[in-house]
Formats: sequence, structure tokens, C-alpha cells
Amino acid sequence: MTASLRRVALAVALPGLLFALWWIASDDSVSFYLPPLRRIVAAFGPTWSPRWASHVAPSIARLVIGYAGAVVLGVGLGVPLGGRPRLRAALEPVLELARALPPPALVPVFMLLFGIGTAMKLLVIVSGAVWPVLLNTIEGVRAVDDVLADTCRCYGITGATRLRVLVLRAASPQIVTGMRQALSIAIILMVISEMFASSSGLGYAIIDFQRGFSIPEMWSGVILLGVLGFAMSIGFRVFEARVLRWYHAQRRVRGEP
Amino acid sequence: MTAPVLEVRRIHKVYDGHGRTVEAIRDLSFGCAAGELVCIVGPSGAGKTTLLKCVAGLIAPTSGEVVLGGARVDGPPPGMAVVFQDYGRSLFPWLTAWRNVALPLEQRGLPRAEVRRLVDAALGEVGLAEAHAAYPWQLSGGMQQRVAIARAIAYQPTILLMDEPFAAVDAQTRAELEDLTLGLWRRHGVTILFVTHDIDEAVYMAQRVVILSSSPTVVLEDLAIDLGAERDQLATRSSPRFAELRGRVYEQIQRAKQARGAGGPP
Repeated sequence: MTASLRRVALAVALPGLLFALWWIASDDSVSFYLPPLRRIVAAFGPTWSPRWASHVAPSIARLVIGYAGAVVLGVGLGVPLGGRPRLRAALEPVLELARALPPPALVPVFMLLFGIGTAMKLLVIVSGAVWPVLLNTIEGVRAVDDVLADTCRCYGITGATRLRVLVLRAASPQIVTGMRQALSIAIILMVISEMFASSSGLGYAIIDFQRGFSIPEMWSGVILLGVLGFAMSIGFRVFEARVLRWYHAQRRVRGEP
Repeated sequence: MTAPVLEVRRIHKVYDGHGRTVEAIRDLSFGCAAGELVCIVGPSGAGKTTLLKCVAGLIAPTSGEVVLGGARVDGPPPGMAVVFQDYGRSLFPWLTAWRNVALPLEQRGLPRAEVRRLVDAALGEVGLAEAHAAYPWQLSGGMQQRVAIARAIAYQPTILLMDEPFAAVDAQTRAELEDLTLGLWRRHGVTILFVTHDIDEAVYMAQRVVILSSSPTVVLEDLAIDLGAERDQLATRSSPRFAELRGRVYEQIQRAKQARGAGGPP
């Protein structure tokens, strides 16, 4: 318990220090575009409590749904691709091409095809965040130990049990790595998708404040995004520690770094 | 001798790939009677693992057939359990020892109470009654292999295949595991096919030793081991008959190696 408390303290210490520095350095700022941090913080509550339901909650909902979609799609496609070398060889060039497209470039296309509603925004998030999950899942499933696979065959462990007990668990270190990368991509794409032709969401609110020269409010939105991303990465670490407990413990026992 | 429960009939295996073919097994035939403990011994690279995988139905022989309990093997048969050499890779590191043993039984659809009874009994028999909740990586190599043996026993197989199961543990653990396996064999009446490169181990464990040549492999000799049913690490290993049989196997294996050295098949 104390060890996890210490980890939390370590994780919070440096950001706290940087905020303190920002506070002190910006305290006597007279720049219109770089207002003192205390003014930004003072604007925080009045800016976001009336906008929680209209801008913050929809953003978080889109992020969560889009991210979950990317994970399900990435793992769902990665498992059959990882397990079938011929299918993988056939699809690899297409995947490489599709992955090379920067997702923001797809926003105008998706807008034409799906309008400017929630569907478009979710698609933008999924189309960018799916790649690290998919590619890492393929690698993870490919690397399933063949002795363990033989063991499953000998003991009649097939079908859904094999998928659940062998394939997904064996690939879970790679899948989780992909999910971690996908999380930051999903946050970026959530903001970007809201900056185009939108009327709600954090990305929209930040752009709107900037256009209206509400500079402290704009900054408070940037900080809110930072806090949101930080909270998600902490949450992810808790998830990872739980899912990969066996993996990290095994590595420690074997003396691997 | 009772009718063989396992028959290996004229197995021939050629690995084909990357523009070259490797003949691993030329022509192998032998049988295992029900309840027998047969050791397969041969020089390293004699295709022992290939043979075991053919018997287990994990790979198909190029020609010939394996018949288990009257049925031709063309996939892992239901009444068979395998203990692999590499215990570190044959146990699920994300499952506890207990769950590792229970998984095949649950998959078979046994009632929960029956699974619990079998798993508890098997872990008790291998001396791991206290290690139910431990993960494989928390156990020593010998204990991990005990878990793998418990999993095989709990599965109640008619035939148990063991692929150099004790090659990676230290000498003392090895002796313990040999005696453990002999005890299980006697109590459960299971047929065991035991692959090893260790001549002493083969003679100590087996009722019959099948001696293989170097690759491409044939059977050099099928040798009955008349040391009685009871074996003892001290008494058996120091008996004159043990030395004689050991010498016999050793001679055959040396001959196999020399045949390869003297311009035999590559």
C-alpha cells in the first residue's frame, strides 16, 4: 500500500512542480495571450461547470466509445490475422498503406460520407487508434509459444477456451502496449474531430474561446485536456498492473529488466 | 504379452521446406503393451522428439501409422496426456498451479466437484498439496514439472507420453522425479512412453528400452529390462544386472554415433 502511495506521489510530484513554476513565472505577466496562471485557474470553475454536460461529457463519451471500438476492432481483426500466416501475407500491403494515412486527413472524407455528427467523430477516432492495437495484437498472437499451443492441442483445449485462456492471454502484453499507444492517439483525434464543423466538445470549446479572444478560458480548456489525458493514463496503468500482473512478476523472477 | 495398446508401424518422416529435405525418421516400428513403461533412448538428434510428436498426433508422419487403442492417430487422441521437456513453456504462466491442472478437466466438461477432487488428488500425489495458489514462475523447475505431471495424471490418460521430462532439472531433483513417476505408473496402471537421451535413466525406469540409431532413425534394438517391478535408486543402480544392461545400451548408442561419424547418412 505504501509502495503504491509512493508511486502516486512520484507521478504527481513533477507535474506539480512544473505548475508551481508556471504559476510563479507567469504571476506578473501582462501579455494578453499568456495570462497569469492564477487568472486561468480562476476562470476554470466558471468556464467549465456550466459547460460540463454540453462540452466535457460528450467529448469523454466519444473518446470512450471510439477508443473501445478501436480496441475491439483491433483485437478482433488481429487475432485471426496473427493466427493465419497466409491471410496475413495477403492483407499486409493493404494494412501498411491504410496505416500510413494520417487520420486527420480523413476528416474531410468522413465529413462528406457521414456528415458532421457523432458518427464521423467516432470514425476518426477509430480509424487512427485501431492501428497500434491491430499491429501489436498480430505480433502478440504470432508469438504464442508453440509448446503451450501443443499443450492445448494435446489436452483438447480448443475453440473459445483456447482463445480466452491461450491466445488472448499470451498476446496480452503486446495488446496492452498497443492499447496504451492507442489511448493517446484517441485523445488527439477526439480533439481534432471536434475542431472541424462541430458545436460541442472540448476541441470545439477551445477553438471557440480562441476565436472569441477569451484567452484564460482557452488556456483552461488546454489544462482540462491535459488533466483528462493524465487521469486516463493513470487509469490505464491501474488496468495494466492488474491484467499483466503475471507478466511483470514473471519477468522480475527471471531477472529481466 | 498382452495386446499392444500403442503400435508404431513403419513410421517414416521427412521434413520438407526451404528447398531441402531432411529425413528425420527412416523406418520405425515398435509397440507398447497396456500398462507398460517403455523408454525410447537414442543419441541426440535421433528424431526422438519427432517420433513423440507423431505418436501424440501433433505432426503427421510422411508414411506409416500410429495406432492407439485400435484407432489410427490423426490428431491428438482423447485418452493421451503429454509431459514436455520444457516445463517453463508448457504451463500457463497466467494461471495458478491448481488452475493449470484443472483446465483440461473443465474443458472436458467434468462436474465441478469431480474436477476439484481429481485436481486436489493429483497435486497431493506429486507433493504439491500446499502449492495450489502458486503461479508456475513462483515454483522451482522441479516443482513446475511436478505440476505438469499432476496435470497429466489428473487427466486420467490411458497413455502418458513424456518427452525428456527431466532433462532440465538438477541430478537430485531428477532422481526424485524418476521415483515419483515410477510410483504413479505403479499406482495408476497407465502406459508410459518415456523419451530420454540418458541411458541410466532409461534402464532405471523402463521395462523395455527401444534404442534408436542416429538420424535418419531406425530401431537398433528393442531390449527387455529384467530388473523387476520395484526399482531403487541405490540398490537397482548398483546391481550387476543394471551395469550389464546399461553397458549394452551404451554400446549400441556408441555404435550408432560411429556409424554416423564414418560416412553414414549426414
